[in-house]
Amino acid sequence: MDIIQAIVSGVLLGGLYALIGLGMSLIFGIMKLTNLAHGDLMICGTYICMVLAANFTGNIFLALLITIGVMVLLGFIIQNGLVNRVIDKGSGPSLLVTFGISIIIQNLLLQVFGADAQAVPNTFSSSNVISTQYLTISSIYLLNFIVAVGVIVFLSIIMKKTYFGMAIRASSDDATAAELMGVNTKRMYALTFALAMATAAVAGLLVGMTFVFYPSTGTNYLIIAFGVVVIGGLGSLMGTLVGGIILGLAQLLGGYFFGTGWQLVVAYIVLLVILALRPQGLLSKAVRK
Amino acid sequence: MNVVLTVEDLGISFGSNHVLKSLSFEVGENEVLGVIGPNGAGKTVMLNILTGILKATKGKVSFMGNDITKKSVTERCRMGFGRTFQVPRTFENMTVFENVIVGGVYGDHLSERQAKERAVEMLELIGLLDRADWMAGKLSLLDRKRLEIGRALASNPKILMFDEVAGGLTESEVEGILQIVQNIKDRGISIVWIEHVLKTMREGTDRILCLAEGRNVICDKPDTVMNSKEVCELYLGAEEDEPRQKNS
Repeated sequence: MDIIQAIVSGVLLGGLYALIGLGMSLIFGIMKLTNLAHGDLMICGTYICMVLAANFTGNIFLALLITIGVMVLLGFIIQNGLVNRVIDKGSGPSLLVTFGISIIIQNLLLQVFGADAQAVPNTFSSSNVISTQYLTISSIYLLNFIVAVGVIVFLSIIMKKTYFGMAIRASSDDATAAELMGVNTKRMYALTFALAMATAAVAGLLVGMTFVFYPSTGTNYLIIAFGVVVIGGLGSLMGTLVGGIILGLAQLLGGYFFGTGWQLVVAYIVLLVILALRPQGLLSKAVRK
Repeated sequence: MNVVLTVEDLGISFGSNHVLKSLSFEVGENEVLGVIGPNGAGKTVMLNILTGILKATKGKVSFMGNDITKKSVTERCRMGFGRTFQVPRTFENMTVFENVIVGGVYGDHLSERQAKERAVEMLELIGLLDRADWMAGKLSLLDRKRLEIGRALASNPKILMFDEVAGGLTESEVEGILQIVQNIKDRGISIVWIEHVLKTMREGTDRILCLAEGRNVICDKPDTVMNSKEVCELYLGAEEDEPRQKNS
């Protein structure tokens, strides 16, 4: 593989990684909650979308819209019914709740769909936008990147320009002060979780269109999401895009220079180096306490 | 005088530590009630209970005749409570304008246009209109204290709680705060004001409540409280005329 190919593919893969990490970044940024079920919830969205497209809608995008609705509702219920009840008791109980959700989802998916690898059939994954002797760009990789940038820009606008976004940012800055301004922070947390699940649904579909998946794949994507948000800066939306691109690049360039077996090793060495040099992430401000 | 806030037999304990034992007082409409007391007297804990951040172990808090003892922080804000903190807790990653607008939209359910008008009005009142687009985290201590006041005012409170709003400020800065307090009072808003700067308390309040060991020692006109034997003994030291010397 040519180095140009590795760089281009790395950047485009980074877009998908950014989308995978986006929901986790949002939840951590607002609630300081590490959602250990993020990868499994995303894969849950992938399965829902696959079933809807194959058996009901026949249209992948209509299936995505319904999946987003289902995931938003699921996210709201998880936060409102479970996490909000323990979020005031420190990070430990919330972490355990999300870990429990992760185990439940994995086993439910295993029971319903079995352990076999699946894929969401689509035309994008088998076609190329550019196919030359020097460079090949797969349609699905380009679609991943465009959707990721679109979703991140859309979310940034919501956060910056709407009163809902303002209330979410206020709740993130200082929950008690926000409540003193009349903001129902628990409601904001539930809406944030719902918003994160909407992004997870989109990421889930794209993952399912790009790679094969099975009930326990969520754990792999949880680790990728961790890498993305730690590199970019926990809670920073643009940082998530940067983190995704760096992780994607590190992985593909690692594969180019050292062989495919070293892809993930190089990616996580880069993660550790960034953590050592800039613990708050590249685009997040240092916490002043 | 119409009573806005009534506190009856309020108490709170953290394990065996009885921070507030039995506290009762009233705040009238358009009244500024100063609260003084030595460190550890329970002043800030009292504000935390009044604003709903802490739940009292015993006692009752009534606001405009309604029992609000079990109301949440958000509900109290929407009923007309506002508050500032000893160390300002502005939304540092938001602009000055956004800080104020949150209060109008969520605390007083204003429309977008009304919230913007309210924000401009409040920023004018606190003298921060020229820095409306600054990030709150970039402001000086005085300006962050002013912003907290403006933000609280944007939610259209009927009563404001200040926790050492003059603490850490220079004498001229304190004068500015006193002017803001007077402007707030002119709007018919009641204030409960914790402060260690006694000169400010004397000049800026209608009555002063002195707290010690979780109880109200005395609550009266500023001069009466400052010169009382109880305050001399419990708050300022053993000598009766010491407060007069300290405040002269």
